[in-house]
Amino acid sequence: MKMFRKRWLGQGLSIVLAATMLAACSNGGGQTSNTAAGKENTQTDKVNNAAPAAKPFEGKSITLVTANHPWGDAIKPFIPEFEAETGMKVKVESYFEDQLTQKLTVQFTTGSNTPDVFMYRPLQEGKLFFKNGWVHPLDEYVNKDPEYDFADLSKSAVGSATVDGKVAGIPIITEQEILYYRKDLLEAAGIAVPKTIDELVAAVKQLHDPAKEMYGFVARGQRSPLVTQVSSFLFSEGGDFTNGDKAAINTPEAIKAFTTYGTLLKDYGPPGVLNMSWPQAIGIFAQGKVAFYTDANSIYKNATDPSKSQIADKIGFAPFPAGSAGSKPYNITSWGLAMNANAVNKEAAWAFIEWATGKEMVLKTQQAGNPGARSSVWDNPEGTTGFPAELVDVIKESVKGGVDHDRPTVISVGEARDAVGEIVQQIMTGEKNIQPVADKANEALQVIIDNEKTK
Amino acid sequence: MQYNWFDRNLKWIYTMPAVIFVLVMMVFPILYTVRISFFEWSMSAITPPKWVGLDNYMTLLKDTRFWGAVRSTMFFTVAALAVEVVLGVAIALLLTRDFRGKNVMKTIFLLPMVSTPVAMGLVWQLIYEPTIGAANMLLKAVGLKPQLWLASPDQAISSLIIVDVWQWTPMIALIVMAGLATIPTDPYEAADVDGAGRWRKFISITLPLLKPTIMVAAMLRLIDVLKTFDIIYATTQGGPNLATETLNIYGYVLGFQYFKLGMASSLLVLFFALVMGLTIVMIWMRKRMEGRYE
Repeated sequence: MKMFRKRWLGQGLSIVLAATMLAACSNGGGQTSNTAAGKENTQTDKVNNAAPAAKPFEGKSITLVTANHPWGDAIKPFIPEFEAETGMKVKVESYFEDQLTQKLTVQFTTGSNTPDVFMYRPLQEGKLFFKNGWVHPLDEYVNKDPEYDFADLSKSAVGSATVDGKVAGIPIITEQEILYYRKDLLEAAGIAVPKTIDELVAAVKQLHDPAKEMYGFVARGQRSPLVTQVSSFLFSEGGDFTNGDKAAINTPEAIKAFTTYGTLLKDYGPPGVLNMSWPQAIGIFAQGKVAFYTDANSIYKNATDPSKSQIADKIGFAPFPAGSAGSKPYNITSWGLAMNANAVNKEAAWAFIEWATGKEMVLKTQQAGNPGARSSVWDNPEGTTGFPAELVDVIKESVKGGVDHDRPTVISVGEARDAVGEIVQQIMTGEKNIQPVADKANEALQVIIDNEKTK
Repeated sequence: MQYNWFDRNLKWIYTMPAVIFVLVMMVFPILYTVRISFFEWSMSAITPPKWVGLDNYMTLLKDTRFWGAVRSTMFFTVAALAVEVVLGVAIALLLTRDFRGKNVMKTIFLLPMVSTPVAMGLVWQLIYEPTIGAANMLLKAVGLKPQLWLASPDQAISSLIIVDVWQWTPMIALIVMAGLATIPTDPYEAADVDGAGRWRKFISITLPLLKPTIMVAAMLRLIDVLKTFDIIYATTQGGPNLATETLNIYGYVLGFQYFKLGMASSLLVLFFALVMGLTIVMIWMRKRMEGRYE
C-alpha cells in the first residue's frame, strides 16, 4: 500500500507542477522585463556597501510598469542611480499601450500587489481605476516634502489626474492640441498662418489640390481616436461634452464644431481618412501630401525626424486656431504615474514617484523630449532644449487657455467616446441631417452619465 | 495487490492529466463565463458583481449594434468560406498534377498560412493604404480607378475577406490534397473504358469521393472563420462606422474598452451557441451526404 501511495503522490505532483507551469506560461506572455538595470545596480551596491550611508529602503524592491513610451526610455538609464541612492531595487516592465491597460486590469482584478507603481492614462482609465479601488490616493504624500513643490505642477494637468477631489496620480506627460502646417506651401501661396478656424478653413480650401495628390487637411478619422482631437474644436466654439450632469453633444455649438471637423476631413482630407488614427494621419502629413494637420504636440517628432519625414524642415507649429469662443485647446495629462492600492511598501513606491516626478528628473526627461507638467522646468531655458524653439512658444501659449480634459469625463470613457465619434463619422460619410444623429448620441451619453450617478 | 489496482485503473491514470487540463483550461472558463453573463460587473474590487438575471441578454437582443455584428460575422464567414473552399479545391487539383517546379509551387502556396495574422494584418493595412498603398498602385497601373479599401464602410469587409482568403485558402488546399491522394485509381480506369471525358470524371468520380474531405476542411475552417479576430483588430478594429465589427470584436470592445464584463460574457455565450449550432448543422449535412454515396 505504501508503495502505491508514493507512486500516486508522484503522479499527482507532476500533474500539479504541469498545471502551475502552464499557468505561469500564460501569465508571462508578451512582457519584456528590464533586469539589466537591476544587474548594474548590484555592482554599485557592492561599492556602496563599504560605507552604509542613509539608505532608507535597503533590501526593498518595487515593480514599475511603463508603456512603451519615450518617457520610459528616458527614465530607465537613471534608475540605477536611484537604486544606489535608496538601496531599493526597481524592476521595470514595459508594454504596448493596449496591452498595458489589459494587463493592469487583469492584475488588479486579482488583487495583485504588483506592480507597485504604474503608468496610466488619467483621462482614459483614471476614473475607472480609482472607482474600482485599484489606485492609492496620493494626497497624504504630495505635500510632505516642501522641496517636492507640488504646486509647481500645472493646475490643469493635476486636474486631469484628480478624481472625486483626490490626487489619483502624478502627471508625467502633458499635451495640448496644436496646428501643424507646411511653411513652404503657405509661403508659396502667400497665406498667413491661420489664427481662427474660419481662416483655417479658407486656407485649407485654397491649398487643396487632389489632382496633384495634395490635400488640404488631415486629422484622426477613426471613431474613437478622433474624439480627443475634435474636442478643441468643441471647446473653441464654446461647447463641451457635458454640462454638469447633462450630456451636451447635440447643442448648436457642438454640432457646429463637429460639422467643421467632419467636413474638413470629408471634403479636404486624403482618401481613407475614415480609417486613420494618429500614426496614419501624421504619416501621410510627413509624406508631404497634406498642408494642415491638427493633433497633440507630443507626437511632433514623427513629422520633424528626417528619417521618418520627407518634410522635416518645412514644418511650422501654431496654437490651435480660435473659434467663436477663442482658442481653447485641450491641455491635459496624457500619462500619469500612480500607485497600486495593494502595494506592500507604499513608502518605497512613493519615494520612487517622488523621485521620478521631482524637479530634477522632470528636467531630464523633458530634455529628452517628454513634455512634463512642471512650470519651473518650462520656465527654465534648459528645460526646453528638447523641443524646437517655435514649438516651445506654441506650447506656452496653448497652456494659457487650455481645458483640462479632451474627452467626456465619465467612468465609461470608451463607450462615451464611441457615442461622440459616431456623430463625426456620420458627417464624414455624408449624412446631411445631423441633428437626429446627435440627439441619439446625446441620449446614449446621458444614459451613461445617469447610470454612473448611482455608483 | 497494489500493482493490480494500478493496472486496472491505468486508463484513468494516464488520461487524468488531459482530463484535468480540459477541466481547468476549458470547462471552467466556459462555465465561469456563463455565470458572469448573469451579472453586471466592471471588475471592481469595491463593488461586487450585481446579479441582473437575463438583463444582459435582453439588452443585447435589443441592441442594433449586436445584430449588426451578427450580420457582419455571418457575411464574413459565408463569403470567406465559400471562396476558400472553391479556390482551395481548385488549387489542390492543380497541384496534384505533375509539372516542373511543383514542389516549389506547393511551398509558395502554403506560405501565407504560416505567417502571423497580426503581422499580416499590418502588412495588408499598408497594401490597402489609399494614397501610397500597393493595391491602388496596381489598380492605377492597369488603368483602373483607385479604391478606398479598408477606409470605406462599403468595401472594408470585402477587403478583409480578400486577406482571409489569401491567408487560409492554402489550408483547405492542403487538406484536399491529402484527400486526393487517397482516391483509388480504378474508378478512373473504368471511366476511361466507358469513354468519359475529363469534366465528367471530375463531376462523377473526383468530387463525390472528395466530398467527405471537403466537408471536414470546410468545417474546420468554418469554426476558425467565425472567430476571426486578429486580422480585423489589426486593420480596422471594427471600423469604419462599425462596418467590420464582428461578434468577436464587439465582445472585446464590451469587455476591455467598455469594461462591461457581464455584457461581454453574455455576448460570448450567444456566440458560443451560434458556433455550436452551425457546427451541428455541418455535421448533420455531412452525415446525410455520406449516406447518399455509400
